[in-house]
Amino acid sequence: MDETSLNIRKIKNRVFTIGVATLTVISALPLVFIIFYVFKRGISAISWEFLVTLPKSVGEVGGGIANALVGTILIVLVASILAIPVGIMAGVYLSENPDSKLSKVARLCIEVLNGTPSIVIGIFAYLVIVLSTGGFSAVSGSFALAIMMLPLIVRTTEETLQLIPESLKEAGLALGVPYYRVVFKVVIPSGLSGILNGVMLAVARVAGETAPLLFTAFGNPYMNWDIFKPMDNLPLLIYNYATSPYQSWHQIAWGASLVLITMVLIMNLLSRWAIKKWKVRF
Amino acid sequence: MESSVLVTKDLNAWYGENHVLHDISMSFPHNHVIAVMGPSGCGKSTFIRCLNRIHELTPGARTEGTVLLDNQNIYSMAAIKLRRKVGMVFQKPNPFPTMSIYDNVLAGYKLNNIKLDSQERDQIVHDALIGAGLWKEVKDSLHQKGTFLSGGQQQRLCIARTIAMRPEVLLLDEPTSALDPISAGKIEDLIVELKKQYTIIVVTHNMQQAARVSDKTAFFYLGELTEYGKTDKIFTDPENSKTQSYITGRFS
Repeated sequence: MDETSLNIRKIKNRVFTIGVATLTVISALPLVFIIFYVFKRGISAISWEFLVTLPKSVGEVGGGIANALVGTILIVLVASILAIPVGIMAGVYLSENPDSKLSKVARLCIEVLNGTPSIVIGIFAYLVIVLSTGGFSAVSGSFALAIMMLPLIVRTTEETLQLIPESLKEAGLALGVPYYRVVFKVVIPSGLSGILNGVMLAVARVAGETAPLLFTAFGNPYMNWDIFKPMDNLPLLIYNYATSPYQSWHQIAWGASLVLITMVLIMNLLSRWAIKKWKVRF
Repeated sequence: MESSVLVTKDLNAWYGENHVLHDISMSFPHNHVIAVMGPSGCGKSTFIRCLNRIHELTPGARTEGTVLLDNQNIYSMAAIKLRRKVGMVFQKPNPFPTMSIYDNVLAGYKLNNIKLDSQERDQIVHDALIGAGLWKEVKDSLHQKGTFLSGGQQQRLCIARTIAMRPEVLLLDEPTSALDPISAGKIEDLIVELKKQYTIIVVTHNMQQAARVSDKTAFFYLGELTEYGKTDKIFTDPENSKTQSYITGRFS
């Protein structure tokens, strides 16, 4: 091969490497910008006062997001209590019976559910819970969020458990342990890190959902601890305040965004930590 | 005639349509080591997996025939009870990764929710680890994870876990094939030692191993029991020509 064509190849190779690297930077940039702007605009609103006081009416100075913070935590907590056991058990079934008819149908449903727009899930929760109980409530919002959490939990559980060697199950069965106890005491503990990771990603994913809460949890300017009443939450507060005409409310919306994005980031970091901490060596 | 702990009569096994064991009739005397040999795919692993009814857990698997443990038909016993009397050690060491060495030995009790006081627990762990020849190596690290041991130590831990349940029969499915020669040697010594208390059925690919550790040897070929007798006789004067060509290395 002569010198020039070799050089051309080298140049092509370089151009390709630089091109790929550039595109990688472009895909990472949005997050950097989002965090930068939210931080820049929101940081001035953040103070201890901001986190522990209730919103004030228009015209009054100050006011915080205590009710929305409590609401988001409560709504997501109830959603987790609803979704985690169901999701993990379904994941166990799918990994233990990969080829059954039910598994095939369920897997398809879960995939489609994962792609269902969140507003549609919100409407469904409105029809099923809000209309039948006669009013907006935090728990109806939790119901909608729980439906959104399910696919992620089911899939990560199934994928994690499939990686657990068959020999481990046989070891349990050969000791005369009934099948269901092998699943609970051997299989699930061995896959704990993966399952926890899925759960935390699901929590992080729904913590910022707005659409399903619009006509379920509804929002509430006062402090409320009763999950059967309407409840405020961060995404709804951001939505309401950011679309209002008042400058001081915009500031609160930026502050709330910063709090929300920080919560989601912490959940993501925690899930990475959980993977490392509970990683099981076979 | 010597008394037998385990007897099979016309045992047949299938995976789906595939008939892998044909009319196996054998008896296993007390406190003997019986080696089960044969080329790959001859059904020897399936055979011992029938003896603790692990075979039937494979989808599509089924069996026909009789297996008697102390004159009781194992197919009319609860499988989970049978498996406590007929323990099994697998080809690849498989200690429970979430448990410490101590808990691994007690796994049969813990997972079955059998309550023990702490003195009984310590005693069982001590006895089982001594029995498996592992006590000296791990007595200072009982509360570390079992998966940090070497392969050979893990395999002896699995043996300890099995004998902790005080079974009558031990099934060993190629227990040394994933180990280095020194670790394998330790397991072989252990098999000879354990024979005093248990009847041991060991599947092996390794003819020297069969000759070293076993009292009787069974030769399987294409799902049939070709020959079964005293190990000395099988290795020096086999009756069947198939057995002879296998042990002289003419096929494997």
